[in-house]
Formats: sequence, C-alpha cells, structure tokens
Amino acid sequence: MKTNGLVIDGVTLNSRLFLGTGKYSSGEVMRESLAASGTEMVTVALRRVHTDGRDDAILDHLDTGRYRLLPNTSGVRDAREAVLAAELAREALETNWLKLEIHPDPKYLMPDPGETLAATRELVKRGFVVLPYVHADPVLCRQLEEAGAAAVMPLGAPIGSNRGLESRAFLEIIIAQAGVPVVVDAGLGAPSHAAEALELGADAVLVNTAIATASDPVAMGHAFRLAVEAGRLAWESGAAPKDSRLGAAATSPLTEFLTRQ
Amino acid sequence: MTFFDQWQRHDFGETAAKIGAKSAADVRRALGRVGRGLDMEDFAALLSPAAAPFLEEMAQLSHRLTVERFGRTMQLYAPMYLTNTCANICTYCGFSAQNRIRRKVLNDFEIRAEAGAIAANGFEHVLLVSGEAPGYATDYFANALRILRNRFSSLSLEVQPLEIRDYEALMAEGLNTVLVYQETYDAVAYARHHLSGPKADIRYRLETPDRLGRAGLKKIGLGALYGLSDWRADAWFTGMHLRYMERTHWRARYSVSFPRLRPHEGGDIGVTPFDERDLTQAVCALRLLSQEVELSLSTRERAGFRDAAFRLGFTSMSAGSKTNPGGYSSAPESLEQFSVDDDRAPAEVAAMLAGAGYEPVWKDWDPTYDGFAAKAKAAAEATLASVR
Repeated sequence: MKTNGLVIDGVTLNSRLFLGTGKYSSGEVMRESLAASGTEMVTVALRRVHTDGRDDAILDHLDTGRYRLLPNTSGVRDAREAVLAAELAREALETNWLKLEIHPDPKYLMPDPGETLAATRELVKRGFVVLPYVHADPVLCRQLEEAGAAAVMPLGAPIGSNRGLESRAFLEIIIAQAGVPVVVDAGLGAPSHAAEALELGADAVLVNTAIATASDPVAMGHAFRLAVEAGRLAWESGAAPKDSRLGAAATSPLTEFLTRQ
Repeated sequence: MTFFDQWQRHDFGETAAKIGAKSAADVRRALGRVGRGLDMEDFAALLSPAAAPFLEEMAQLSHRLTVERFGRTMQLYAPMYLTNTCANICTYCGFSAQNRIRRKVLNDFEIRAEAGAIAANGFEHVLLVSGEAPGYATDYFANALRILRNRFSSLSLEVQPLEIRDYEALMAEGLNTVLVYQETYDAVAYARHHLSGPKADIRYRLETPDRLGRAGLKKIGLGALYGLSDWRADAWFTGMHLRYMERTHWRARYSVSFPRLRPHEGGDIGVTPFDERDLTQAVCALRLLSQEVELSLSTRERAGFRDAAFRLGFTSMSAGSKTNPGGYSSAPESLEQFSVDDDRAPAEVAAMLAGAGYEPVWKDWDPTYDGFAAKAKAAAEATLASVR
C-alpha cells in the first residue's frame, strides 16, 4: 500500500524520513544506513564537508542522484553567520535548499527564535528554500510561514536526547494550523516516536542520533522506514485521535435531552 | 565577579581531603544520578579513591554518553609550535627561560613551510602554540593567523594569557578557539613551579577564561597539568571551572585536556603520581559531569594507551605531533617542549580509529563561520579559471 508523496516547494518526496549524516562510524555504514531507510532527503553540516571540491568523507558517500542534499548551518550563532554559511552552501553544494539552524548555545543546542526569523526573511529574499529548525512554538511557526519558509522543523525534544515527542501538545497546534509541511526534527529516539509523529499528522521526521549511534545503524534505518510508513498510513487512514478533546464521543450525555421530545 | 572569586572560596588542601573521605555509598549515589545532573559532591565522589572499584561502570557510562552526543567519531588536529622563546621560568617546561636551548621564532616563510607539511598530512584543524616571548604577542599571532586562515578550516591558539582587546583583534583575523591551561589550581604548588615571569601571577591566569568568554571566543579550552599537585583536587577544580564557565559564558563551547608531566630538557622535579588508571578515572568522571564538553587526548600518551582509551570519552586527538618550532618541515627535535610518546603518522592513527569502528573527522568547522569565505571563493575562482 502506497502513501501520498510529500511536496515541499514543488518537489515531491516519496519518503517522509529525512536523515542526518553525522555521528556515523564510517562513510560506508552511513551509505548503507541511508539506503536501508529509504530516505530521499539527507542533511549535511556545512562545517563537516570540504567546500572546494576535494575528496570528502561524507559527500563521496552520497549518491546525489538518489538523495536530495539539505545543507544545514549547524555551528552558526546568529543570522549574519547563517546567511554567510548559506551562501557558501549554495555555491559549494549546488542547491538552494537549506536547513536553517542557529544555536547560540552550544551546550543544549537550543535554536534562537529571533535570529532564525530574521535569517529566514533574508534568505527567502535571496532565493533560498528555507526549512528552519525551531522550538515547537506555534506563533513562531506561523511567523516563519509568513516569512516564506518552505516548511517548519519544530523539535520533538532536545537534540540528541532520544526522548521522543516531549513537545507533543505544541506540535498538535502547529500541525493543526500549518500551511506548510511540518517536519518534526530532533529528539526522536525510537521508531515508535517517529510513528507517533506521523500519526499525529506531522508531514515528515528528521532522524540522526537514533540511527547513527545504534548498534546496527543499517537495521535501525530500516526500522525507522517501517515506522514512518506505518505512521503515515495510519494518519491517511483516519487514525482515531487519542485525545478526547479532539474527537467526538460516541454518546452525547450533555445534549441528549435535545432529541428526547 | 570572575572565577577567581569562586576559586578563593575553596581551599585546595581541604578539597583534596574531602575527596579522599568519599565512600562507596557516595559513589553509588553519584552513579545513580548520571544523566540527571551531577552536583560537585557527586563529582568529588567519582574522583575519589572509593570510586576505584567502579571504574569499569564509569567507563561504560562515559562511553555511552559520549557516543550519544558525538557519535562514533574522533576529531583530529595538529599543534604547530610558532616559538620556543619564553620569559617565564617554570620548573617543568622545556621552554623555561633559564634552559640553555637554541631559541627559535618562526618567520613567515617557515610558518608557510610548516603549514604545507601539516596540510599534507590531511589536517584541517591546527592549534598554534608558543612560549611567552616579549615582542611576539598579539601582532605576531595576528600575522600567523593571516598566513594560515585560508589554508585550514579551524585555527586555535595556546599561548600566554592576553587582554580582551587582544583576543578581539585575533578573532577578527580568523581565530575561534583559545586553550589556556591552569597547570594547577593549588596556589602553593603554582608558586613553587612558576618561579618568575608574567606566568607567576596566578590570578591573571585564573581569570583568563573569563576574558575569553567576554571577548566572545567560540571555543575555550581548560585543563590542569597533572603531576604538579594532588590530581584528584586539580581535576575537581577543573570540573568546577568548567561548570562555572558553562553557566557564566554560555555561548562558548568547551574542551578539556589532561596533559601529564613528561620528561623534558633541563628539569628534574618531583612529580606527584598520576598513572594511566588515574587518568582514565579523571576522564570518565569529567564526562559524567558534562555530557557536552569536548575531551582531548594528546600524543604525550603512548600508542597502546591511546588505542584503548580513546573510546572512553575523548572526542579529539592530536596525531603525528611535533612540539618544537619548525618540527614538521625542518628543525631538529632537540628544541621540543616535551617528548611525544605516540610518534605514529596521522594516517596510521586514522587507520587505527577506522579499524576500531570510529570515523576520523578531519574537518568539523569552516572559515565561513569566522567570517572568512575566502577559501571557497578561491576554489570557485580556480574552477572558473580551469573551465576557461
């Protein structure tokens, strides 16, 4: 059974699983793991790759015919640095797509909302397809959408924490009101977390640590693939929401009297 | 308020005694809190003699936390010694002013030659090191940065403490990281080993990381030189310094190194014991205190230790290091600061890591992040030229 494709800025992706390229024990393990996951979109940290066309430990293992590259700005601390890094990424990796991440705090890697919004405005003006990584902040996600972001990437939990959808209540609001795709990024530690995000209505998830640092990253990549497909299929088939506030109850104890005449 | 104020509130000898009095129950309590936030008492327990029977458990936790944060990767870097002239007299250092060794300050030509030799080994991260020579300070370092910034991805400095305005000037030339080791947090031992010269001012050195934080350096390195005083207390003060810095100057990344005293020219001092088991305990304890801190493993250690210990919590290693100015391209090794124990070529170390299931990471920064896109621009121009 096939699920619907995900469209971002006119590009259709058949996999709703985005993968990172950091933390792998080798380029070969990364390549096999990406293949097993079925992903079509991989994010690459600009700081890790050679931008002058030399042999590269990451890029040499990525088949760009198969994967769309999503350069990220990990390591920049403000909007100004992000714009510089984005320009270099566009020039070196020949794509105008960008995962915008700005964290002034290198310990917990928390995204800076103000700088992210400012950078999104500037980068959209410069012709980038911007996917900003942000807190699960519904107002900020609306503002980013208005600023021209192609998708929003709210975090499920602190990056690398494997804690799952700790921001679930806010993700539900973001998903309910979003006019652009919502990609849950960061904190997903198990395939069940990814399935839960898709069941909730998220359009895709981005996973790195949980796959790259698993004992068998290739098998874990496959497990996430199955979970994402299952979660999406459940969403498309009309999964019943867990939260009673969001669904109608079978009986109507409070309004039954209206029909009792 | 600087770290000096906090340091003054803790007596070194009392701290050492407090660590020595920790019990197995204290260690168990600390281990039970890993991942939920250790306090400084927990850290003391993990550094104590009582933790010795728990070393395997500490190592496993440390390994797990490190892989979660950094993956199975190891960042590789090379030191480049710019000078070996020094105005300080320090009992333990080969560069000490009273030592009768040939002094050397690299000129522009020699810096380029060293850069060529280091780059040929694949390095992208270079740590510039110098003695404290009058007349070879900020302007000299700025010149070196200008020569090197388009050749490497990341440039760090390990030199004498400077003023905030000096650090700001050097950042404008492409500097992003400064390492400044306290050597020892024990004031008595500090005075005993730093006999004269600017380095004898312990307060100025203790406050250097604060100045780095205020200047806005992106990465700051801390550490003690083990062998000068009680290692457990020095490791505890290093952890306290790290925690103070992480909270006060939260925009910076931090790294910690664990240099041990090595044989060197002209010195024969009493070294307090700090063996490989102690080093392992210090590394694991610090990792359990901070999951995010970067930990560095030096070529001072022997190959056998490095090959086994790198996975316990370390995130970066030097390889093929020369600790004398000009060492990579020309000069004799007799000018070195300390002798290197692991003299394998960088490619051999990288192969060892890959064989152990770790990715050797040569590049994990870009000059763009320091405001220099020149490298990419130059490459683009070269490509265009070849097309024409």
